[in-house]
Amino acid sequence: MKEILMVFLALLLAGGISSAGAQESAPPPDTGTLVVTPAPAPPAPVTNLNAKDKPNDHGAGVVVTWTPSADDVVGSTRVFGYAILRAATPEGPFLERGKVPIGEGVFEDQGSLDEVSPDYMADHVDYYYKVRVISPDTTVYADSEIFGPVQCFGQWFNTNKLPVLIFVLCFTTLAIFFITHARRGAELYIRPLAGIEAVDEAIGRATEMGRPILYVLGLGTAAEIATIASFTILGRVAKKVAEYQTGIIVPCYDPIVMTVAQETVKASYLDAGRPDAYNEDMVYFVTQSQFAYVAAVNGTMLRELPATNIYMGKFFAESLILAETGALAGSIQIAGTDEVAQIPFFVVACDYTLIGEELYAASAYLGREPVLLGSLKAQDYAKAAIMIMAVIGFVAAIVGWDWYVNLFNVPSN
Amino acid sequence: MKRQIPLALVFIFGVILIIQYFVPHEKSEWIFEFLMDWIYIIGIFALALGIWSLIRVSWDKIRLRRENWQYSVVALLGLTAMIFFGFDYFRNFFNAAGLQNFMFRHFFDYVMIPIQSTMFSLLAFFIASASYRAFRARSLLASLLLLAALIVMIRFNPYFGPLTAYLEQTASWLLNVPNLAAKRAIVIGVGLGIVATALKVILGIERAYLGKD
Repeated sequence: MKEILMVFLALLLAGGISSAGAQESAPPPDTGTLVVTPAPAPPAPVTNLNAKDKPNDHGAGVVVTWTPSADDVVGSTRVFGYAILRAATPEGPFLERGKVPIGEGVFEDQGSLDEVSPDYMADHVDYYYKVRVISPDTTVYADSEIFGPVQCFGQWFNTNKLPVLIFVLCFTTLAIFFITHARRGAELYIRPLAGIEAVDEAIGRATEMGRPILYVLGLGTAAEIATIASFTILGRVAKKVAEYQTGIIVPCYDPIVMTVAQETVKASYLDAGRPDAYNEDMVYFVTQSQFAYVAAVNGTMLRELPATNIYMGKFFAESLILAETGALAGSIQIAGTDEVAQIPFFVVACDYTLIGEELYAASAYLGREPVLLGSLKAQDYAKAAIMIMAVIGFVAAIVGWDWYVNLFNVPSN
Repeated sequence: MKRQIPLALVFIFGVILIIQYFVPHEKSEWIFEFLMDWIYIIGIFALALGIWSLIRVSWDKIRLRRENWQYSVVALLGLTAMIFFGFDYFRNFFNAAGLQNFMFRHFFDYVMIPIQSTMFSLLAFFIASASYRAFRARSLLASLLLLAALIVMIRFNPYFGPLTAYLEQTASWLLNVPNLAAKRAIVIGVGLGIVATALKVILGIERAYLGKD
């Protein structure tokens, strides 16, 4: 009995130890089978890789295109994006030039023409490209075949601007035709503009009142067409001012504009036969600070009380401050600007306003010279042509003539 | 000859810049930048002429004791002080360190900028007075203008939030259809005017800017 009890106890102890050991440590692996987590298969590489010089640029640009990976489909998580790699030789080393997200099949490799730039990309040098399909696991990817060589170079004509060139050539031809026509003595009818008609009246009023005329050329530089148009009008106004022996005040925002304006006024006084009446201080520089300029001109308006204020050129936020002060001072005001946002302010605060292109037409109206009127006539015909084309475009958009709409498409590059 | 040389220069450089617009090549860009640099060079010399003009006109006012001549004294003092501090007491004549000068910055930040902001803020009051004149309903067109302005103003007023569901569409239509159409018409006209004027200047037809009709 005692032996039986001892065996039972020994079995019990052995079983307890065995079960405790099973709880504390994992069973030993089966050395006969090795468990390895399978590495994810790389995604399918891109196909149809192509690279060519970027068109219509100054150089240092290559456009790389490809057909996306077969695994780049909706719902798939195998493709994370594409990396574009470039090398100077097919053997490499390939350097990453950029990444694009899934679904994309085009990349513009835009380098720099600056030789000291780290992004320097020489023209007429061979480059090789490949596209790497990136998966969520960065160690798993698929490279395409290498494409190359490809060279980049600058173009001598931007074909995107062909519609602009055609338009400019047509308009130039039209303008030269009408100028020639006018030179031969043809009578050209031009619609009268109230703002222009008012200039003579305004100068006459200033003469009667014995007060000067204030001419503001705006905030534009001498390189802007609106300022050049304003110089032309200033020349005509100054000539009449000299003839009527009235004073003129021209405060300038830009020193180059001041220099040109001084020459313009001086020559107008000379043309009018009154060089003695010209004083260089009629045209003076104030400041190149926008609101300091406004303060100075407003002060002049309120101190000198000019009979007429003429604003012609480029104007910005100061337009209404100037025009309202002039209205408060009781001056007749004539304004003209091509800044669309400022036109309503001038319309409200001035007696006469030249809207947009009328600013450019003003000199021709004032001079009544046939050659200048000829260019105005060309503008009128061009506007008529644009209106007809706009109506056709309206119809084209409705009926889906995309080719017609695309004729006028000028990409920004 | 005095007129022919400037006219020839205008023609040559005008044509070069027209061609440059259509040529994206690096050499074309270089020519453009080179010519643009000349604007800065001429501008610097012209600035000297401008400052001289300002000094002469102000000095004449002070000398002849014209009305409000005291303002000219302030103008000349301001000009002198800013040049003096801007050159950092002439120690940093050839670099821009003077722009960080303590007095220069304080005059600029605490005198110049507040004065400019004051001038700019006047715009709000002038808009109010101009609007009052513009929106007087004296005719059918003026009444339509007033109505359109009211709709657009209410649309952008945060206090009329609950009312704006329908007004928002109306205001957007006013801005995006009739307003934009008129703007585009003006812009097209301006574009034609710019081309015509540039053509006249390049061909020497328009030469009043040279001081001759």
